[in-house]
Amino acid sequence: MEDLIVHGVEWTAKHLFVYPNEFIYWTIQIVMYPYMTGLVAGAFVLSSLYHVFNQNDIKDMARFSLVFSLALLPVAMMPLMFHLQQPMRGINVMLTPHFTSAIAAFGIVFSTYGVIVMSEIWFVYRAYFIEQIGVLQGLDGMGNRMKLFVYRILSLGANDVSEEAIKKDKKAVKILAGIGIPVACFLHGYAGFIFGSVKANALWMSPLMPVIFIMSAVVSGIALCMLTYIIIMEWKKFRAIMARGKGDDSVTTIRGVEMDVIKKTSKYLLGFLVAAISLELLDLIFRGYTAMKSWDILREVMYEHDFVNIFILQYGFGNLLPFILLMLPRLTIKRAAVALALILFGVFMMRWNVVIGGQAFSLSFSGFMHYHIPVIPHSMESFKEGIFGALTVGATPFVLFWVINKFVPSLDYK
Amino acid sequence: MSCTRRDLLKKTFLGTIAASVPLSAFKFLSPAQVKAAIGDSRVRWGFVVDTTKCIGCGFCVKACKKENEVPYNTPVSRTWVERYVVDKNGKTHIDSPNAARDGFTESKIEDEEIKAADVAKAYFVPKLCNQCEKPACVQVCPVGATYQTKDGVVLIDRTWCIGCGYCIMACPYGVRFFHPIHKTAEKCTFCYHRISKGMNTACVDACPAGARMLGNLKDPDDPVTKIVMSERVAILKDEFGTKPQVFYIGLDTNVR
Repeated sequence: MEDLIVHGVEWTAKHLFVYPNEFIYWTIQIVMYPYMTGLVAGAFVLSSLYHVFNQNDIKDMARFSLVFSLALLPVAMMPLMFHLQQPMRGINVMLTPHFTSAIAAFGIVFSTYGVIVMSEIWFVYRAYFIEQIGVLQGLDGMGNRMKLFVYRILSLGANDVSEEAIKKDKKAVKILAGIGIPVACFLHGYAGFIFGSVKANALWMSPLMPVIFIMSAVVSGIALCMLTYIIIMEWKKFRAIMARGKGDDSVTTIRGVEMDVIKKTSKYLLGFLVAAISLELLDLIFRGYTAMKSWDILREVMYEHDFVNIFILQYGFGNLLPFILLMLPRLTIKRAAVALALILFGVFMMRWNVVIGGQAFSLSFSGFMHYHIPVIPHSMESFKEGIFGALTVGATPFVLFWVINKFVPSLDYK
Repeated sequence: MSCTRRDLLKKTFLGTIAASVPLSAFKFLSPAQVKAAIGDSRVRWGFVVDTTKCIGCGFCVKACKKENEVPYNTPVSRTWVERYVVDKNGKTHIDSPNAARDGFTESKIEDEEIKAADVAKAYFVPKLCNQCEKPACVQVCPVGATYQTKDGVVLIDRTWCIGCGYCIMACPYGVRFFHPIHKTAEKCTFCYHRISKGMNTACVDACPAGARMLGNLKDPDDPVTKIVMSERVAILKDEFGTKPQVFYIGLDTNVR
């Protein structure tokens, strides 16, 4: 063999008759892409529940999830760049968008959404920026001067903190959050459309796909925000215990606030989860009932090859088990955390089963392809399209959040 | 210097109008539109594959790989040949080892030996890009790097393709792949560099059995047009509405 990399050969195992050019071309990064956009959209929708619909019970969660959705935002693009065979040409999508393609609008939708999230955060934190400028102005030292400089830029020179101005800020937040909901849903529904509109793929082609994607996106977004919130609150509690002992008042207070927020947010989570599962089951039942030409091979993929992935891991451990865990009375933080982690896993498996499952059978309907995910990277390609590439994408939002949170504290700010 | 908000808005508005007047003289064309100006509109390239003549030698695949510089020792190919063996139990066995580059030298299909006495029918089916009238691949390209020429051939701009693979996913016939060297989408072009100079495609020239024919479907006297118009021909996967322009003689119901 010549020393050439044919994209897809390394991780595709073919069984029975598959066309010679067919490989698993869309791999782990394309699983990560809808997963990450879903988290972005879901986190934003959660924050909007407070800002637009005045759901005061999730006030603490709202500010956090808004900032977190900003941290997730650049990461939605990362897997796409990792996946492109010509990543340096990625900008072409913005230069010559070909609008009959579902992907062409990505740049536009993505940037619109980014602008909305950033301006909303700006309005939420403007007063805080001004306050910080006031505090930092009197302080010496390199670090403080740098900080002051950053806050001056962030304030954009809008220094008015009169009651009237703050009122206007709040109104702007409400409007932006309102516009943001449909845009967030569009951003993600459109990720579903990218798959749902591929007529050549029997598993993907379904008008329900965008809606299913939106519902599971909101589920995963809420779950991630809740889980991160729990982890951070537990950390705070741990620090309070270390500093002042177990019986301290602040420990009890944190515990109470944490439980309260989790209980209330989990109601929304369950609602969206039910919607997501219903739609997915509807899709499945409909395919079985109409039993079109592709059903034979789809049934074999779903009930035999991918049975564990779909019915055990996705529906069983990812949906049913956490549903029960959250529904049972006397919810504890530990139980909630387990349920949330399972839900995140379930949504990931759903993305996996759509993206990889959609390529598990040949277009000839006469053969199968199996995906062996590269574990140990030995080349750029096996890194990008392997487990480590996916982990890089998965870890980035937390790093970004850590940085962003230094300037727009989403957890301490009262 | 004082500038009220009203002034600012006013000036911005005027500035925008002033800037957009000269800009309106330009017309924005997508690369696809520019490239689509290529080709002769009096020609519509079409193809006829006579499956009853194909002997499965794989010369077409060899010739194609060499002519179009698709690395010889890779499993991907712009054209390939499939072998179908239907046994007496009605089960269909299909294979295309190495895209049939070296023909069919093994009697085993997917490690299964089928005895000659058990064979009900068997035949070869060459495959290539269908140069669809309504190409799904062109529709989904996010940057317009793949386009249809006036004479109906779908081509790819290797300098503009971002390698997202959406076109590969969209093609119901599985003709597209990533070129191992150029790292861009790749497919059969009916040897556009040859046919636009009056030559035949490499596969047609290489076929010893006359199973492949290229012609101009807009010319009623072209032998290919005559076959399409007067004989019983079929196309692959018409349910996708892509309107393929490769016509098959003797296409069996088992063909995928």
